Amino acid sequence: MMINSARPPDPTSAPHAHPAPALRADALTVTRGPRTVLRDLRFTVPRGQITGLLGPSGCGKSTLMRSIVGTQAKVTGTLDVLGRPAGDPALRTRVGYVTQAPSVYDDLSVRQNLDYFAAVLSPTSPAAARRADVDRVLAEVDLTTHADALAGNLSGGQRNRVSLAVALLGTPELLVLDEPTVGLDPVLRRDLWTLFHRLAARGATLLISSHVMDEAERCHRLLLMREGEILADDTPDALRERTGADTVEEAFLHLVDEAAAAAEHRPPTQRTEGAKETTTR
Amino acid sequence: MSTTATTPTAPAPTPAPARALSPARTLATATRVLRQLRHDPRTIALLVLIPCVLLVLLRYVFDGSPRTFDSIGASLLGIFPLITMFLVTSIATLRERTSGTLERLLAMPLGKGDVIAGYALAFGALAIVQSALATGLALWLLGLDVTGSPWLLLLVALLDALLGTALGLFVSAFAASEFQAVQFMPAVIFPQLLLCGLFTPRDAMHPVLEAVSDVLPMSYAVDGMNEVLRHTDTTATFVRDVLVVAGCALLVLCLGAATLRRRTE
Repeated sequence: MMINSARPPDPTSAPHAHPAPALRADALTVTRGPRTVLRDLRFTVPRGQITGLLGPSGCGKSTLMRSIVGTQAKVTGTLDVLGRPAGDPALRTRVGYVTQAPSVYDDLSVRQNLDYFAAVLSPTSPAAARRADVDRVLAEVDLTTHADALAGNLSGGQRNRVSLAVALLGTPELLVLDEPTVGLDPVLRRDLWTLFHRLAARGATLLISSHVMDEAERCHRLLLMREGEILADDTPDALRERTGADTVEEAFLHLVDEAAAAAEHRPPTQRTEGAKETTTR
Repeated sequence: MSTTATTPTAPAPTPAPARALSPARTLATATRVLRQLRHDPRTIALLVLIPCVLLVLLRYVFDGSPRTFDSIGASLLGIFPLITMFLVTSIATLRERTSGTLERLLAMPLGKGDVIAGYALAFGALAIVQSALATGLALWLLGLDVTGSPWLLLLVALLDALLGTALGLFVSAFAASEFQAVQFMPAVIFPQLLLCGLFTPRDAMHPVLEAVSDVLPMSYAVDGMNEVLRHTDTTATFVRDVLVVAGCALLVLCLGAATLRRRTE
């Protein structure tokens, strides 16, 4: 709330005329042990839109998200978040992050969880303002009636929503959501996507990962990933048009086959490029 | 490879607005830890009652030699809080690490010091309750004969609890599962228990072991308790013991803070 009013120039205006993009990556590479998990990524994510991050499990979606929120080690290249380098302490109140597994305290009630995270986010704001913020996020994820239930006694989908509610506290400008709708029933999924669009309409930027391709149709833009690389960065319509496919899923498969065919034609260059990268950086 | 690892992590801490210890965030963390415990009354009951039950047991084991009970009883008043807080803290922080809540907290504007101080504050408060009950029981119902002030006993017990909390926090960084965390108990605590002078006076041990016991913090915890047991006023040795235990607790707490990483693989 307070943060929202404290940043007048950028978002709420038209989604086309933004000064700095929400995310800008250039030559972004992440290694984990001997493995290169993200390889030389280049992309930008505009503000005020929902960008879907899609790809099979294990393709590096979570690693990319952790790099954006600044919890991933061994990140090289450029990664700017809201105009600042990823992991900058000033971003910690401006970025909301939901991990794949719900990260909340099972032995606290839903409200106690939110009270604590609200106190960590804005310890100096008056108790009444924090309470109003907690009530707001509870309503947004439709858990008002479960506020006093122990988080550990809730169903998996409900705990996911508690975790999402924590990320909504303080109205962050950028929301990084790692598979927020996994394991939810169709009604809840629809409700959450309505919420995501409402947040985007208010000026927030959302980066949402999923391996369910039908969710792609609900995003403004898509980043398609495979094996640590970005296959496509476009709108769903443009993707379908370019590949001549009916659905984003077909478009994705088309691009995967294309990439595999291209790799087959020039395996030696591919390999030396990869080797050069890991040694020179 | 080594340069790539350090360069990107370096810029994060430099501007540092939320770096310093924030009293409000520390207090919020301590309150949260205590609230978690309140939902687990059985753990609280076990924490508070087990030392009392063991003291009663000890009193009647040494039914025929009250002098032995005095000595061992006073030492145990210092050792109980250290062991229990070590166990509770190592499991609690391990759960925080594995559940993803620590990652979430460190992506928020929470200082590492706030996490550590919050835990120390919460478990310190619990240790006061535990030690007050055990000390009161030993002194007034079991007839533990202490020359010095019971408040000094309580002070040493509290410092021991903080030391246990600090060791638990530190060790949890090296445990990947609860199984491993529990195994650190015999590894970290038992050697200190054997060498602290509880079983034989330290100067009667092999010189090498005596030298080792000189650098283990529990030796000073037990020594401090025995000073209170035998002297009416605060001796220089007692002051040294208290300072050593407090210093160790502080040092290990700082080491524990260093094991919390915002960026992990």
